[in-house]
Amino acid sequence: MTQTSLPRSPDLAVVARGLVKTFGGARAVDGIDLDIRRGEVFGVLGPNGAGKTTTLRMLATLLPIDGGRAEVFGVDVATRGHEVRQLVGVTGQYASVDENLTGRENLWLFGRLQGLSSRRARTTAAELLESFGLHEAADRRIATFSGGMRRRLDLAASLITRPPLIFLDEPTTGLDPRTRGQMWDTIRTLVADGATVLLTTQYLDEADQLADRIAVIDRGRTVAEGTPDELKSSVGTSTLQLRLADRERTAEAAEVVRRLLGEEPARTPEAGGLHVSLTDADRAGDVLIALREARLSVASVSVAKPTLDEVFLALTGHGTSDSSPGTDSHLAQEAS
Amino acid sequence: MTTLIAPAADRAAVERALDPTRDLQPRVPLRAAVSQTLSMAWRATKKMRRNPEQFFDVTAQPLLFTAMFAYIFGGAISGGVTAYLPIVIPGVLAQTALTACMATGVQLREDMDKGVFDRFRSLPVARIAPLAGPMVADLLRYTTAAVLTVAVGLAMGFRPGGGVLGTLGGIVLTVVAGWSLAWIFTWLGTVARSAQGGQGISMMIMFPLTFLSNAYVPVDTLPGWLKAFVQVNPVSHVVSAVRDLMNQGAVTAQVGWALLGCAAVVAVFAPLALRSYSRKL
Repeated sequence: MTQTSLPRSPDLAVVARGLVKTFGGARAVDGIDLDIRRGEVFGVLGPNGAGKTTTLRMLATLLPIDGGRAEVFGVDVATRGHEVRQLVGVTGQYASVDENLTGRENLWLFGRLQGLSSRRARTTAAELLESFGLHEAADRRIATFSGGMRRRLDLAASLITRPPLIFLDEPTTGLDPRTRGQMWDTIRTLVADGATVLLTTQYLDEADQLADRIAVIDRGRTVAEGTPDELKSSVGTSTLQLRLADRERTAEAAEVVRRLLGEEPARTPEAGGLHVSLTDADRAGDVLIALREARLSVASVSVAKPTLDEVFLALTGHGTSDSSPGTDSHLAQEAS
Repeated sequence: MTTLIAPAADRAAVERALDPTRDLQPRVPLRAAVSQTLSMAWRATKKMRRNPEQFFDVTAQPLLFTAMFAYIFGGAISGGVTAYLPIVIPGVLAQTALTACMATGVQLREDMDKGVFDRFRSLPVARIAPLAGPMVADLLRYTTAAVLTVAVGLAMGFRPGGGVLGTLGGIVLTVVAGWSLAWIFTWLGTVARSAQGGQGISMMIMFPLTFLSNAYVPVDTLPGWLKAFVQVNPVSHVVSAVRDLMNQGAVTAQVGWALLGCAAVVAVFAPLALRSYSRKL
């Protein structure tokens, strides 16, 4: 294995070159490069089994690195694991808190393990419970916690020593929409406090909402990288979304659009809706004029950039749902 | 919002924010490792208190085994139950200690499969702490088992010739031996693929260690090849040492051998366990 030299910059929190992880013969991570700047939320987006969790676990020293190199704030992950662990707070996909202890006891224990005095650990635990809205449940055993409460406690546990870098592995998978929104708010607060966040997610809207930059990975490789807007515009089109006042005349309107642009518009599941792909947003006006001339009245109209779902489809040639059945967590467990 | 004169604590925080790597420690200081081990032991005792069924093996088994073996083998081996008690009580002590420390390994394995171990691994904590913590807490279990066994013996008519001190010495030695031998099962726990697997292998080791010893029968009755094994088995030395302490109140050479055997087991299996645990990362 050749020793690649890593770029050095005080602005970078995480640098990785050619990361590889193999399980048996399969390459779960197959040469991933990362440059995560300090203070940003970096999203790693991909379907189940893409290698997101495996990448994150390697960077967190939870899995040995099979190939390539990685540094966290200039500290080599493979050779100086103990120091890396002092810099990184990890919130796993499965809440990594102790079922037999209460919320308060969990936070106290993790504080003690990280060198806080008993008194400091107690006050820190109380503060975190308060700010994560867990104060009332603080003295109940985790076994009685809801999924959202566990995730919040787990995140709180990662923040005891205020690490400068926080890894969040699918922080909202399996949460209901309201709890998800709360989690997003919490994550935004973290960044406001100056922490760097590496977030993996399989939700496109989550990456869009939270991340400053996104790497899209598929089958262990990076297929695209950029800001959410860059990724969306890389697909190169916008979509004109129409809703006709008279839904009986949808077919007629579709015909008007087809004659004008030479392309069939997509009909949306709700009646009277049409999605027209545009190579150029200016063409939207032409479509509306043509509809007016045909005396077709429009109830609502909007021009939207493509969703990350559409980006993913364009980048990988397949949607987010039809990738290999093996999941990250499954692979990670095989390794342990 | 910039203030030029920041309090010392804030200033340290600001400097750490500018260069997060400035206060990093290359390894865990010994004092921190001890404190982390005690924190992990605290966690284990909390767990015991909330799952009292974990005490089943160290409460029911001493009661059952002491009575059972005394009445079954007593007549055959010593011509009577009371005469057999000085021989069998140290034997049962060794066996219950071994069973209890087998559970130490199996429970560690179960624990390692839980999510919380991911957090222990991701924290800058001494590698030994998650292993040694539960073992420290399990001293409570070994003590429970030893005290109950002796209590049942006393109730059945056991009158130790070594007096109070000798009996206490025997109990302490049993606890020390339990803690030392637990490293074997801790190591097995870290190499086993699952808790059940670990338990299976542990049973295969525990039974020969206890029954191929002088715990229940005099060594003279055994064939030569078996005698050779029994005499090197550390459990035999522990049993002999406990007998010497309890029945004669004498600190004999056997006590030395037993302690030496225990030390050897720790010296071999503690590094093995630590290595295989670290490798699982």
